[in-house]
Amino acid sequence: MIHSLFLINCSGDIFLEKHWKSVVSQSVCDYFFEAQEKAIDVENVPPVISTPHHYLISIYRDKIFFVSVIQTEVPPLFVIEFLHRVADTFQDYFGECSETAIKDNVVIVYELLEEMLDNGFPLATESNILKELIKPPTILRSVVNSITGSSNVGDTLPTGQLSNIPWRRAGVKYTNNEAYFDVVEEIDAIIDKSGSTVFAEIQGVIDSCIKLSGMPDLSLSFMNPRLLDDVSFHPCIRFKRWESERVLSFIPPDGNFRLISYRVSSQNLVAIPVYVKHMISFKENSSSGRFDVTIGPKQNMGKTVEGVVMTVHMPKAVLNMNLTATQGSYTFDPVTKVLTWDVGKITPQKLPNLKGIVNLQSGAPKPEENPSLNIQFKIQQLAISGLKVNRLDMYGEKYKPFKGVKYITKAGKFQVRT
Amino acid sequence: VSHSLFKSSVDVSGLAETELIFPVAALIVLCFFYFSLFLMDALLCFYHRNEDLKQMLESSKDSAKLDAMKRIVGMIAKGKNASELFPAVVKNVASKNIEIKKLVYVYLMRYAEEQQDLALLSISTFQRALKDPNQLIRASALRVLSSIRVPIIVPIMMLAIKEASSDLSPYVRKNAAHAIQKLYSLDPEQKEMLIEVIEKLLKDRSTLVAGSVVMAFEEVCPDRIDLIHKNYRKLCNLLVDVEEWGQVVIIHMLTRYARTQFVSPWKDDEVVEEYSENNFYESDEEQKEKDRKVKNIYTMDPDHRLLLRNTKPLLQSRNAAVVMAVAQLYWHLAPKSEASIVSKSLVRLLHSNREVQYIVLQNIATMSIQRKGMFEPYLKSFYVRSTDPTMIKTLKLEILTNLANEANISTLLREFQTYVKSQDKQFAAATIQAIGRCATNITEVTDTCLNGLVCLLSNRDEIVVAESVVVIKKLLQTQPAHHGEIIKHMAKLLDNITVPVARASILWLIGEYCERVPKIAPDVLRKTAKSFTTEDDLVKLQILNLGAKLYLTNSKQTKLLTQYVLNLGKYDQSYDIRDRTRFIRQLIVPNEKSGALSKYAKKIFLAQKPAPLLESPFKDRDHFQLGTLSHTLNSRATGYLELSNWPEVAPDPSVRNVDVAESTKEWTGILGMTKKEKPTEKFYSESEEEEDESTNTSSSSRCLESNLHLHCLENCIFRTKTHELLHRMSGKGLAAHYHFSRQPGIFGDHMVSVQVTVTNTTDQKIENIHIKEKKLPPGMRVHEFNPIECLEPAESITVSMGIDFCDSTQMASFQLCTKDDHFNVNIQPPVGELLLPVTMSEKDFKKEQGMLTGMNETSATIAVAPQNSTRLVIIERVVKAANLGVVPSGQDNIHRFAAKTVHSGSLMLVTVELKESSTAQLVINTEKTVIGSVLLRELKPVLSQG
Repeated sequence: MIHSLFLINCSGDIFLEKHWKSVVSQSVCDYFFEAQEKAIDVENVPPVISTPHHYLISIYRDKIFFVSVIQTEVPPLFVIEFLHRVADTFQDYFGECSETAIKDNVVIVYELLEEMLDNGFPLATESNILKELIKPPTILRSVVNSITGSSNVGDTLPTGQLSNIPWRRAGVKYTNNEAYFDVVEEIDAIIDKSGSTVFAEIQGVIDSCIKLSGMPDLSLSFMNPRLLDDVSFHPCIRFKRWESERVLSFIPPDGNFRLISYRVSSQNLVAIPVYVKHMISFKENSSSGRFDVTIGPKQNMGKTVEGVVMTVHMPKAVLNMNLTATQGSYTFDPVTKVLTWDVGKITPQKLPNLKGIVNLQSGAPKPEENPSLNIQFKIQQLAISGLKVNRLDMYGEKYKPFKGVKYITKAGKFQVRT
Repeated sequence: VSHSLFKSSVDVSGLAETELIFPVAALIVLCFFYFSLFLMDALLCFYHRNEDLKQMLESSKDSAKLDAMKRIVGMIAKGKNASELFPAVVKNVASKNIEIKKLVYVYLMRYAEEQQDLALLSISTFQRALKDPNQLIRASALRVLSSIRVPIIVPIMMLAIKEASSDLSPYVRKNAAHAIQKLYSLDPEQKEMLIEVIEKLLKDRSTLVAGSVVMAFEEVCPDRIDLIHKNYRKLCNLLVDVEEWGQVVIIHMLTRYARTQFVSPWKDDEVVEEYSENNFYESDEEQKEKDRKVKNIYTMDPDHRLLLRNTKPLLQSRNAAVVMAVAQLYWHLAPKSEASIVSKSLVRLLHSNREVQYIVLQNIATMSIQRKGMFEPYLKSFYVRSTDPTMIKTLKLEILTNLANEANISTLLREFQTYVKSQDKQFAAATIQAIGRCATNITEVTDTCLNGLVCLLSNRDEIVVAESVVVIKKLLQTQPAHHGEIIKHMAKLLDNITVPVARASILWLIGEYCERVPKIAPDVLRKTAKSFTTEDDLVKLQILNLGAKLYLTNSKQTKLLTQYVLNLGKYDQSYDIRDRTRFIRQLIVPNEKSGALSKYAKKIFLAQKPAPLLESPFKDRDHFQLGTLSHTLNSRATGYLELSNWPEVAPDPSVRNVDVAESTKEWTGILGMTKKEKPTEKFYSESEEEEDESTNTSSSSRCLESNLHLHCLENCIFRTKTHELLHRMSGKGLAAHYHFSRQPGIFGDHMVSVQVTVTNTTDQKIENIHIKEKKLPPGMRVHEFNPIECLEPAESITVSMGIDFCDSTQMASFQLCTKDDHFNVNIQPPVGELLLPVTMSEKDFKKEQGMLTGMNETSATIAVAPQNSTRLVIIERVVKAANLGVVPSGQDNIHRFAAKTVHSGSLMLVTVELKESSTAQLVINTEKTVIGSVLLRELKPVLSQG
């Protein structure tokens, strides 16, 4: 399936290559570079490229292109999903998936790639198994290793791969047994000029951090499970149980993982927690325009909206902006034409406002369209859909774990058209 | 040095002008000298660096070796050549340090192909590891062995794969399935043998194996659909518990399978719907009859239903590839009414990263053309955000256009208005095309759209205007109505628009409808004739066309103009334009040479032209299976497997029936135990089975039988002693030797296999060599070898026979006959050959030993020659003397061996414990005390002799 993998940085250097079958020459990447040149920006490089002898399927993550070489028919999503899994694993191991991190840990990267694919077919992709095979680097371990000459490769062979619960490693032991669940909801919305909602939906995930000894068998129930319209599960969840009782029953992997991701049905009206008042105008035949934006809280159920950031891609004709912010600070990058306003927390008494003059290129025609505003925000201790965890029960182990649930609502792709 | 040299040369140059050349030459020489020095230096440096890597690899310290290996892997990762280090690296293949070992494996897989001869050095290490008691070591040995692409080892790989495919550990079997594909790509001639292995592995019930073996099936023999029949239901049932990557492969394979085995669930229900709508007034009776007929025609095969039911939960997978696989399965296999359950999950994937979005949107685009209803409820999920990449935007737009209907068009058009103003002009242009398509598809809004597009003609952006012109041209063509106003408006635009396609479109429109704008058309021709020479080729052609059309309809006003244009065209640089000019002139200007055609010039130029169809680029993509690479590229990818059409009549469904008795028997045969019936409701349906298989160590006695396979290979390597069967003197020139080949189960479970080598030492042919007149003790059986028809002089031939010695050392006597002679011969087995080795862990060994004490134990103290006291020598000698399996031992001074007797399968446990002063305690635990004591006697001299 997957023949070879090349990692390419933004300046077009191939800084890592790995082959699972015969060696494919680096020159195959020229086709990729060609496509990259044609594309306007990195986002527009087509993920699937056909070349005379190979097919290139690539993803772009954290300023790195993961370009895989394919020779025969394969579902493209299979490869894409796998490449993302590789990037996730790097992130998990090195804390970041950057060129320097990969270069610094090239041996571990190679060992990981070796374990993840056999003859181009995925072999071990569960982080729990991989971590048993190859221990992630820590400062302490690298110091110890350099003194004792021991290695990062696990000397005991993992049993997880062989068991019927491949996602959990065996022999887990903690002194403090804890289970944390983060219910994170993102609001995707498009708000039109007049402030009415064109489209809005809630995408949620439950990320878990489980540090429990032994083989705990957990079940998590909700107050209002019917809210969840469409759910995707971590393989550990027993589907039948969910179908019949709407309870999440599972033996968890050890450590951090995504338990479920869900979508709240679009029938439910989505409460939009902020509103934006805007006045952006460009005068005909003069090289200036006005910019005036105010953000205010709407239905936020008594919680504060914080971490508010607004980014705007201004039209190309904009030269500079002279604005004053009543709160927070703004920056305007004259090269990329991106305006960023870091607002912070919204206090309903004094609404944050950004106002001023836009300088346009003289002689350039007035921009056709006003730019749309991308808003980010966070609301702690609130799941905007109203989803609530009812209880968590543990079977199979004797001890009493410490349990915690955290709710947070964020803006996803939240866009205000002006 | 250089300085002084240079100086002197300058002095010389001062003496004579002609010698000016000298210093330059000297300089060049110098440069060369230094450059080559530098090169040498660089080379030396390189050489040195590798030299120091070599030294590190040869050092006795693991840490130095590890450092070296890490640096080498770094070189490989960067794509630098490290092949010259091969000899130094390959030596470390047997390193005890697991990380060094792994890195050496990495190196081997990369360079073995280039250094085939040296790579062979490493093979024996893997062969040894293939018999390791630890399943993970066996598996990784198989993995590396099969990844070394050296054609010479094909037979070894083949053997290893066969062995591994019947390994007790599902993990090893999984690796065997992977190795199949590797061997196939190395040597496609092995196909037939590999298919046998695939067939065997397809029967495997482990979820671990299923995905990998189906992958091998798809790669090696995707056309052998018959192999799937018996495994179909099992694969369907296992699917939920298979790992995610395997799920994708299995689902794709089953989709293809189902399309060949079941009849279509579609065709009839559609016919019925149309029928009942159209023929409302038809008599009820007739209607009923039709309905009945339809009902008779289609009932879904339960196996078809099973597949649909078992794949449905996988729509909830976190893996986008799995969700897509199920979606395509439903699309290609489910009744149309059921296919829509996949839309929700596909829409969910749109929240993922851009690459996933890209592929999913492409597939939705194809689906939404054929079945709008599936995605209509999710219309708003395809609304475009200004931050989406352009390729995502255009795909979303495509889908929105496909979904447009009378009900939602007004909302959509309002949305499109926003897009047209987008800063992304490429996208704005695409939106205009989309509006054009909506206008043609939905007649109610054609006028609205047209008006909207005309408004866009006054847009400031040229790309937008140009695109609008092109779309309006197409729209006007489809609308034979009177749009003189619009054409006039466009004619005015001609002064400002510079985009060639748009100009060409306007000119074509004016030419085509010149009778509707009789006043403007000639004027346009006049203007363009002026600018003819500066126009783009595309525009020039349309000017010529316009001229020709006007000449035909309004020759009074335009005759001269047209001739002027034609003259310009005649001397144009472009072939096309010159050709077109010549062609038009002959057609429209009648002269004596022009034939009958010119009479029809008007009909030719001003014929009614069919309106262009505004179609989606995804229209014909559905002939590719959804979710495939070919679908994404819209061209056949290498190795694409066509999805066949539904068969008219379903093939025999009974081929999928599995005889329950047969299948369980097969499995008890391997596991030596009866399987518990799997509870169907259980989620981890594999759990019990898996535990049984993977924790074989605790139940060794039950699993002994299958463990035997592991040791075949080892024993082939230890060639046992050859005994004489018939001396050439007493055999009148026919000589025969035999040895015990230590291969289990060739002739049945209880037979010891014996290889007999017959040699002809005479100078004549010996014919018809066979066995006769067996004189056997009761219970003993012999499986004869096939008669040798003819043995040429000085030739020898080896044949195998099987003898069931009934676990006794009594001799088997028989006659070796030729065509005209017969000789009495006999075979007496050494007790060590009545055994078959068994793999077990130390723990199990001790447990079994504990149960075989008292009278089942015999022991002796023996003297051990000093040179025999190392572990390797002891193992080698003992294993050579008797067919025993080595049990890993935690203590240095205790060596354990295990075997079972061939006939009855009783355990035979041998322990050698080294004591001080070159003695050893030899203990044998077995139920077969007689054999035990004989074995004890035979083993004694083995260790004491030097």
